[in-house]
Amino acid sequence: MSERYIASVDQGTASSRCLVFDERARIVSVSQVEHRHIFPRPGHVEHDPREIWRNVQHVVADALATAQLGVRDLVALGITNQRETTVLWDRATGEPVHNALNWQDMRTDHLVRELGGDEGPDRFRDRCGLPLATYFSGPKIRWLLDHVDGLWERAEAGDVLFGTMDSWLIWNLTGRHITDVTNAGRTMLMNLETLDWDDVVLDAIGVPRAMLPEIRPSMEVYGDAGGALAGLPVAAALGDQHAALFGQTCFSTGDAKCTYGTGSFLLMNTGEQPVRSANGLLTTVGYKIGDQPATYALEGSIAVTGALVQWFRDKLGLIGSASEIETLARSVDNNGGCYFVPAFSGLFAPHWRSDARGVIAGLTGYISKGHLARAVLEATTWQTREVVDAMNSDAGVEMSSLKVDGGMTANNLLMQSLADVLDVPVVRPIVAETPSLGAAYAAGLAVGFWPDVDELRAQWHKAAEWLPAMEPAMREKGYRKWRKAVARTVDWVDEDDDE
Amino acid sequence: MFGIVEPRSDKFGSVPARIQSIERAAAILRLLSGRERRLGVAQLAGELGLPKGTVHGILRTLAAVGFVEQDEETGKYKLGAALLHMGSSYLDGNELRARALNWSDSLAARSGESVRIGTLHDGGVLVVHHVFRPDDSRQALEVGVLQPAHATAMGKVLLAAHRYAAAELAAAGLRRYTPSTITEENQLYAELDAVLERGWAGDAEELVVGEVSLAAPIDDRRGVTVGAIGISGPIERLTDAGAPRSDLVSFVREAARAVSRDLGAIPW
Repeated sequence: MSERYIASVDQGTASSRCLVFDERARIVSVSQVEHRHIFPRPGHVEHDPREIWRNVQHVVADALATAQLGVRDLVALGITNQRETTVLWDRATGEPVHNALNWQDMRTDHLVRELGGDEGPDRFRDRCGLPLATYFSGPKIRWLLDHVDGLWERAEAGDVLFGTMDSWLIWNLTGRHITDVTNAGRTMLMNLETLDWDDVVLDAIGVPRAMLPEIRPSMEVYGDAGGALAGLPVAAALGDQHAALFGQTCFSTGDAKCTYGTGSFLLMNTGEQPVRSANGLLTTVGYKIGDQPATYALEGSIAVTGALVQWFRDKLGLIGSASEIETLARSVDNNGGCYFVPAFSGLFAPHWRSDARGVIAGLTGYISKGHLARAVLEATTWQTREVVDAMNSDAGVEMSSLKVDGGMTANNLLMQSLADVLDVPVVRPIVAETPSLGAAYAAGLAVGFWPDVDELRAQWHKAAEWLPAMEPAMREKGYRKWRKAVARTVDWVDEDDDE
Repeated sequence: MFGIVEPRSDKFGSVPARIQSIERAAAILRLLSGRERRLGVAQLAGELGLPKGTVHGILRTLAAVGFVEQDEETGKYKLGAALLHMGSSYLDGNELRARALNWSDSLAARSGESVRIGTLHDGGVLVVHHVFRPDDSRQALEVGVLQPAHATAMGKVLLAAHRYAAAELAAAGLRRYTPSTITEENQLYAELDAVLERGWAGDAEELVVGEVSLAAPIDDRRGVTVGAIGISGPIERLTDAGAPRSDLVSFVREAARAVSRDLGAIPW
């Protein structure tokens, strides 16, 4: 019997990628193409959905060709995607009616404040788990309906369809208009309990139900692809962070993963009930396997992690490349009492203080650039600690280890510091491409390529592990100093400061 | 100004006595980096106004540390590889790890063995990256460990590319770890020639009885070997009929080529 393979498409913010995995979930082929970011004016960020669809077709074909495989060698295709990015297209022609509004696009700034009204950003949080913010799709749909001529009528009639990137790709692949629960959960329009569109929120934001896709589980056969991929079952869709959670095999309550990039995303599996956060964390659907109950998650994002290292490189010029920060930090034994709180645009979870700005605390004449480099790395560590503490308290479970991925996991000093400060083992998996792996796992489960999640757990391997090795007294002192530094960031922005 | 005391420059401070032979060595290196590039003892002695015997002595010392090399045919001297690599070829170990992360993971997944990346450091191999063997057995991260260069595959790859380091190591004495360890200088040189020739190295129970390692060079964009990547494990898994398994050798070489390509080395 010939070998069978599974493919996953990662439609990301910067590029579209296709990875092909073998039966032991090892990568056999990778193809990647970047797409354009369109900036029509400051604060506006768009993609051309047609370009993205072309790129996705290309990377799948290219990944197959590289591995000398045909569509027949694949058992299924899984999809993972940048979340919240919004596409509207014509049902009859399949043509987009506008460029896609990227999740970073800020044009709904006024709209979300208006929608919050007297109740503020948490107006819909009980229903959808999210605060009103520019990222989410619901307000983006409303903006497009308000600003593209004649769209309202066509949307109400069901002639114009909405989708996030998963929907757009599944529509083009299979002709069906569907989305998965994790992506639907990032629109603000889905009710967390019923996992269906919420009429109260639809009414309030002003989005006609007729234009919305059907919400399906994250993994089931949605349909067979046509065209060049004819006959290939499309069997999974997950938002990128949710796919990473799945790819890190965080299948049990309390399992958590953090993806360390420019910013970082920490997600913790909280089991079959949505957990409402008292600390401003987001409540989200982790994944939903077929007919099984949905698995929920808490999400905490840290705005500035790798971005601080970039800032240190580009704005201070103390290092030539991001990796050199480890060399510089290792030139000293500790932070010398110096703490760096990178509240560049305020404090996020769990503090939520927009009036805060960055602070370097504990400066003395003794502090050298090596100490500053330590403080830069520890900023990521302590911010993670704050989010983990908030999660533990919200979820009522103690995280027992942290699975990590993303570019910053190459930094051994940072990973050791994380283990020390969190006082749990920090583990890096052997397949760093966790969103792609998660989508492949999900699609593989849907078609029976892999029998169950236990099999996936058995296939998942550690590439490295860092164990806590810090004296508790040191840890507590460090945390105390960090919190004092955080306290010094607030109440900085005044009303007459220019934004 | 502002009462800030600037560090005093040498010109005005009291200068400790200078070492004449180092000044002369520097003058020779400067001449060799000039337009001619290859100069004989007589030419150098003439330029510097020094006795040939003195110049010859300095050249022999510089050759021993790899700062100059003597052309076998003409007998003339030129700048040595060690000097050329110094400063310009230095690649931060942390940078190397970041660039090699995906390829080393994939090597561990394909080979089923633990992966290490090393650089030459103090006559040994400094482990800058370590990927666990993918079987979830208990393993500890060995980054920062110094391995003996003459008894490991990574070390042989690095010594083959940096012969002056091999000469230094041999001069200090080659320590025996197992009955198979290479302890004879000439035997080591012959082994390094063979490594250079075939592009990869093996260690057959030369550091630990029952353990085998395989490695290949990581080159940067100028073709300078800046590191080595390799796998290690028990002899039963890594060898077949007494020889390294050819599939494992090709996985290691492919990983080394992939990292080199990412560092800008010319593809081959």
